[in-house]
Amino acid sequence: MKKRLFGKHSVFFWIAVLFLIIIFAMALFPGLFTHYDPIKQDMTALLQKPSAEHWLGTDNLGRDVFARVVYSARLDLAIGFFAMLIPAMIGTFVGLLSGYCGGKVDAIIMRILDIFTAFPLMILVIAIVAILGSGIKNLFIAIWLVGWREYAKLVRSEVLVVKNSEYILAAKTLGYSNLRVMFRHVLPNVVNSAFVYAISDIMLCMLMGASLSFLGLGVPTPTPEWGAIISEGKSFMMTAWWIVAFPGIMLALTGISISLVGEEVSKRLQKSK
Amino acid sequence: MADQTEEVILEVKNLRTDFVSEEKTVHAVQDVSFRILRGETFGLIGESGCGKSVTCRSLMRLLKDPGKITGGEIIYNGTDLLTLKDKEMQKIRGGEIGMIFQDPMTTLNPVLTIREQIVESIKEPGMTKKQKDKRALELLKMVGIPSAKERLKCYAHQFSGGMRQRAMIAIALASNPHLLLADEPTTALDVTIQDQIIKLLKRLKKELNMSLVLVTHDLGVASQMCDHIAVMYAGRIMEMAKAEDIFEKPRNPYTYGLMRAIPSIEKKGEGLYSIDGMPPNLDDMPSGCPFSPRCEFCEEICKKEIPELVEVEPGHFSRCHCLEKMMNIKGRLEKEEGGMSDE
Amino acid sequence: MEELTYIIKRILQMIPVLLIITLVIFFGMRLIPGDPVLLLVGNRASDDAIAAMRAKMGLDEPLFMQYLLFLKQCLTFDFGNSLTLKSSVVDLFKQKAVITASLTLMTILFSILISFPLGYLAGVKHNKKIGSFIDSLSLTFISVPEFLIGLIIMLIFSLKLGWFPVGGWGSTVGEHIHALILPAFTGALGTSALVLRNIRGNVIEVLKMDYVDFAYSKGISPWKIKVKYILKNVLISTVTLLAMRMTYMLAGSIVIESIFALPGLGQMLLNAILSRDYTVVQGTVFLFSIIVLVMNLITDVSYSLLDPRVKLN
Repeated sequence: MKKRLFGKHSVFFWIAVLFLIIIFAMALFPGLFTHYDPIKQDMTALLQKPSAEHWLGTDNLGRDVFARVVYSARLDLAIGFFAMLIPAMIGTFVGLLSGYCGGKVDAIIMRILDIFTAFPLMILVIAIVAILGSGIKNLFIAIWLVGWREYAKLVRSEVLVVKNSEYILAAKTLGYSNLRVMFRHVLPNVVNSAFVYAISDIMLCMLMGASLSFLGLGVPTPTPEWGAIISEGKSFMMTAWWIVAFPGIMLALTGISISLVGEEVSKRLQKSK
Repeated sequence: MADQTEEVILEVKNLRTDFVSEEKTVHAVQDVSFRILRGETFGLIGESGCGKSVTCRSLMRLLKDPGKITGGEIIYNGTDLLTLKDKEMQKIRGGEIGMIFQDPMTTLNPVLTIREQIVESIKEPGMTKKQKDKRALELLKMVGIPSAKERLKCYAHQFSGGMRQRAMIAIALASNPHLLLADEPTTALDVTIQDQIIKLLKRLKKELNMSLVLVTHDLGVASQMCDHIAVMYAGRIMEMAKAEDIFEKPRNPYTYGLMRAIPSIEKKGEGLYSIDGMPPNLDDMPSGCPFSPRCEFCEEICKKEIPELVEVEPGHFSRCHCLEKMMNIKGRLEKEEGGMSDE
Repeated sequence: MEELTYIIKRILQMIPVLLIITLVIFFGMRLIPGDPVLLLVGNRASDDAIAAMRAKMGLDEPLFMQYLLFLKQCLTFDFGNSLTLKSSVVDLFKQKAVITASLTLMTILFSILISFPLGYLAGVKHNKKIGSFIDSLSLTFISVPEFLIGLIIMLIFSLKLGWFPVGGWGSTVGEHIHALILPAFTGALGTSALVLRNIRGNVIEVLKMDYVDFAYSKGISPWKIKVKYILKNVLISTVTLLAMRMTYMLAGSIVIESIFALPGLGQMLLNAILSRDYTVVQGTVFLFSIIVLVMNLITDVSYSLLDPRVKLN
């Protein structure tokens, strides 16, 4: 079969997988990629162009941009993954409970959801960061507190469909406990869409973390993080484009790669249905 | 079927329709020729995937995306529809020729009222809005929808399945077509409603002096409605004759198999006959006769050459190398069973 | 009539939600560390001065009384003066809202202009190269953060080419519009990518429906089919999505406003949070939540008007 540039079985999908593997390697073993310290300032080498010595140049404090870009991978991936994980679990559980129990439980949970959705996401996160103070830990807490909404909505609507299907009724007539029906029979049938969303959510969380850092509300200086590096470098955009360009490219490519992999997974899951 | 005294309204010659994709080309319909007479019902029957629906849609030049008519002629009133420009074809559609579809659930636009959908297909020029509304009401009454006046304002989701099918027929008839194509018009309906729709179509055909092309896999429906029938298999017509001949004296192993698979009260208690195997995949066709892998009369030649559709009796066409062999065995079988007799 | 009862019912349902929101805002603000009084009078002020300021701001009252005061403010839409800027919260809000609302409208306009034709094309040609290409392109714009797109656009069109101002709001209507084009375009790229994918999916769904073929078989012109059959059916879910995005943007595209130095609501709120300007934060967040709730209501009502299958209840 012919390989295709776009669409199913595309070449891009495999490039994305390869790219993510490299990023993972950077996150796990940054020392293998560069011998520079991402934080160490070198006042004798400020704002240097990319060269053999500094592959991607240096920033306004003489730090090696390549080293900073490599060391950022760990934090950015971690933000994406862990900021997704906890809300995904909470939200799935809440949605399952709300959809399965119905009645008062559902009504109360839906009202809570209403209140949460009445606040725009970004404002909520910023307010929480303001309350708790900026920093990586508080960034996580902020995203955790708001991220579960989508999962709860998604899972609830799926549960409502599955709940009245024959096999759930059958499981109930067999006298299984509600807890068992919920987790053994309902959950596996609704988890697919949450899973597909979770993959793109990794990307969204990563972008959210980078955006907050860009606004100066996320990771504190001098911790290397793509959004933070871009934020620091944006005033030198005209004179030292490399400070912004390379973390930007990494951020963009990582986001696109995760999306491409997510698309493929969701296509496969749909097909297997 | 070569009765020259009757007027031919539509003639299809060597129609060929392909589904073209980047990887491959699938011949969904090939070498299909037939004629439809004024006022008759012509049946296209066969299993799903045999190309009967594609043939029907080809007549309207309404193929789903990769589908393309790659050969043949469709002659309506002396003009080849395949040579018409899109604009001209648009006038034929919903003018001379109308069409109804299988699933009334998806055939009516959910966001337009029934009135809007009827009115927009009325083609007569110079009608005022009031006249159009009156015509819409008449049409709904004609297809037997009760309290038609109120129903005009309704949306499709407020109708039952049978009512939707009636509404769809009313819409298709709004332009007074001379030929109505019905693609599995009863398949999605309950048996009792099926019966009502068949009766309705029969009545309307007579009242409006239309010809009808009926695409169906339901032999029962076909026997109730059709004057002539073409049996299709894997994109080709296997047998074509008057309806009663198809049912009573089939001249093709495939049709013969279909007829033997119809349950009947006389054969009660005997196991039901069925044709072994599955229809071939259209992109992986056997080299010879498409039916040869499943045919109980298959000979060497059947596996190599595709037989031609030939007139085996006046007005009775069949595509088979081994018709004689089949007739012999068939005769013997029927003597043993004392079942249906031939001539 | 049906619609009216529904709308009244929904407005009544908003009351408890808004009440809880006031609680969350009020106590949330009290959780933010740092004393606003100290911020105002300075660290070296005398104790008397601090106490005086505290009394003036009503912060010496018990917490419950302070909350009641806030509730009263919410009911009268009078949130007092900003602690850091010499202006009333409502005036500030109005002044900034003009900027954010214009930005939002222009962004939505651009999004529609980009996403409708491309989404339709991608849907109709979904198994052709051009369709997959548009699809991949939209995936790209979803996966790249807004601030990065904004910076690139600014770099090219403002810094290099000099076609647009680097930031700010200007003082005449012409300057306002000029200043909004790049930020609106930045926002529109992300939004239209989302909307485009939605339209594409819907067009594919609708084209599968027999009613489109039925319309063709009735001899209706292709142009009319596109508008009356495909567009109208596709529009229904798209309107909801656009409204959701609009709410999101109205609440202040903080990132975009920050990149292009637009003094809109997002910027104001961000600064207010960072400078502990209680009155501004309380007031704007409350007004935001009303906007969000009202927008949700409008979305639901327009949804039911567009789609006869949806009943309001």
